[in-house]
Amino acid sequence: MYAEFGGTLDLELNRSLQALATAIRVRAVPWIRDVVPALCGIALYFDPFHPGLPAAVLESCRQLLEECFKSASKFEDSGRSVEVPVCYDVQFGLDLPEVSERTSISINEIIKRHVKTQHWVLMVGFSPGQPYIGGLDPKLSVPRRATPRTRMPMGAVAIANAQTAVYPYETPGGWNIIGRTPLTVFDPARDPASLFAPGDRVRFSAISRAEFEAFK
Amino acid sequence: MSLRIIRPGLLTTLQDRGRYSLQHLGVVPCGPMDPVAFELANALVGNRDGEAAIEITLLGPEVEFERDALVAVCGAQFDATLAGRALPLNRPVLVAKNSVLKTGRSLLGSRAYLAVAGGIATAPVLGSRSTYLPARFGGLEGRLLRAGDNLPLIEGVASLSLKRFEKLEGKKNIADLRSVSWSAPSLTLPEREPIVIHAMEGRHYAHFDAAARRAFFDATWKVTPDSNRMGFRLAGPVLARAEALEILSEPACLGTVQVPANGLPIALMADRQTTGGYPKIAEIAAADVPRLAQLAPGGKVQFARCTLEQAGELRRVLRQRLDAALRALVWMV
Repeated sequence: MYAEFGGTLDLELNRSLQALATAIRVRAVPWIRDVVPALCGIALYFDPFHPGLPAAVLESCRQLLEECFKSASKFEDSGRSVEVPVCYDVQFGLDLPEVSERTSISINEIIKRHVKTQHWVLMVGFSPGQPYIGGLDPKLSVPRRATPRTRMPMGAVAIANAQTAVYPYETPGGWNIIGRTPLTVFDPARDPASLFAPGDRVRFSAISRAEFEAFK
Repeated sequence: MSLRIIRPGLLTTLQDRGRYSLQHLGVVPCGPMDPVAFELANALVGNRDGEAAIEITLLGPEVEFERDALVAVCGAQFDATLAGRALPLNRPVLVAKNSVLKTGRSLLGSRAYLAVAGGIATAPVLGSRSTYLPARFGGLEGRLLRAGDNLPLIEGVASLSLKRFEKLEGKKNIADLRSVSWSAPSLTLPEREPIVIHAMEGRHYAHFDAAARRAFFDATWKVTPDSNRMGFRLAGPVLARAEALEILSEPACLGTVQVPANGLPIALMADRQTTGGYPKIAEIAAADVPRLAQLAPGGKVQFARCTLEQAGELRRVLRQRLDAALRALVWMV
């Protein structure tokens, strides 16, 4: 079941969805397996064969959403913040020259602006631990690349439209790479496995190539 | 105490009931492609908790048991032998130690489950033993099983197996193999192709042009060879959108049918990505996903339009049939 609350990216809306997701999760409804806050909506994954699944499942979900809206304000702000060191060296930030050309902003200024603003994890998805991060300086907004890369490097920090993504795995991707983090984004053997969770505050910090290598 | 892989087969993985409650971190549940056959296979050996079993695909593995073990192969009809004798499918079979179970090609359907009493006892990752191939974790080192792998069975598998076998009703030797006179039903095998799969209109159905909306439910689709545990790619008429539609990435689901820019639909299966940015033309009824999973590449499928209520009814009917089958297997105290 997916409930959409808006059609465009809105940080305020997303923040209330994060609170709503927590409010639903603490209810621990036995037939709901997963609660996933998304960019503009919330998904409830139910066990289709659960003996306790109500016959009118959609209506039950609607009621649950309504009730949890009332208690959601208690859960605002997860309080977690993640600092992400990024090497914005052009050898890693493969698309920095192109982003600079498109935005008419110098590479140094792009880095400064990316580091300066407060970002939020709006949603985690696609691959394990892959964050969709909002809060990008609007001046840095560029569309996705016309031809996606078949392999984004692991740890690639990339931007498109109003968001930043960090790639946990070598997967195909069409976003513009501006740097790379030495952090392991997802490690199933670590606790917590995921560096990012929905609702986290994120700050990027610039590190040199030498610092990047030292991190590894 | 282990089970040794002599020959791995085409696409053989460990799967348990799945890895839940982590989808908000981008971790998809994985689990069996055909959870109905999986549940029956486990039930036949007395496992009641979604224990890890071996999922075999199209061309099965050859395995050797180090100990006596109660096993069952359930799902697609594989050509299989145990110690050189035809292995009865969909039944519990007591395997004598050091014997070799060989599975060949599937004759009907494409996936079966080899369950062992007590389950396969690899270390769980994030609460599950299911193999997550795209992210390479779970199962055995997050990969396909290969020759020489030793899969741990539970401590005392031989005595547990004997104990469970003793309690079975209708014990019977079939061609010298210790089994039973009855068998579990197949609930998910393709009867006659094209199989008919029920689907609801997806969130973006209205964004497709009239011809595409008609074609989706009229056409006979063919599962392409590049289909896998992540998704079934379907060949048929190209589905065009009425308008260029740039949608924000949003959660996707088991059975979501999404249409990338090339106009050819992909049905999302067990190892799907958790979110996607392609328009969704349809959502397959949960009850019909296991039947779709049994189609082999080249298999044909038609989609029949259904409502949310009908999908719920199909779900209840399947659950009842599965429960009835499981009740018939209650032979242990």
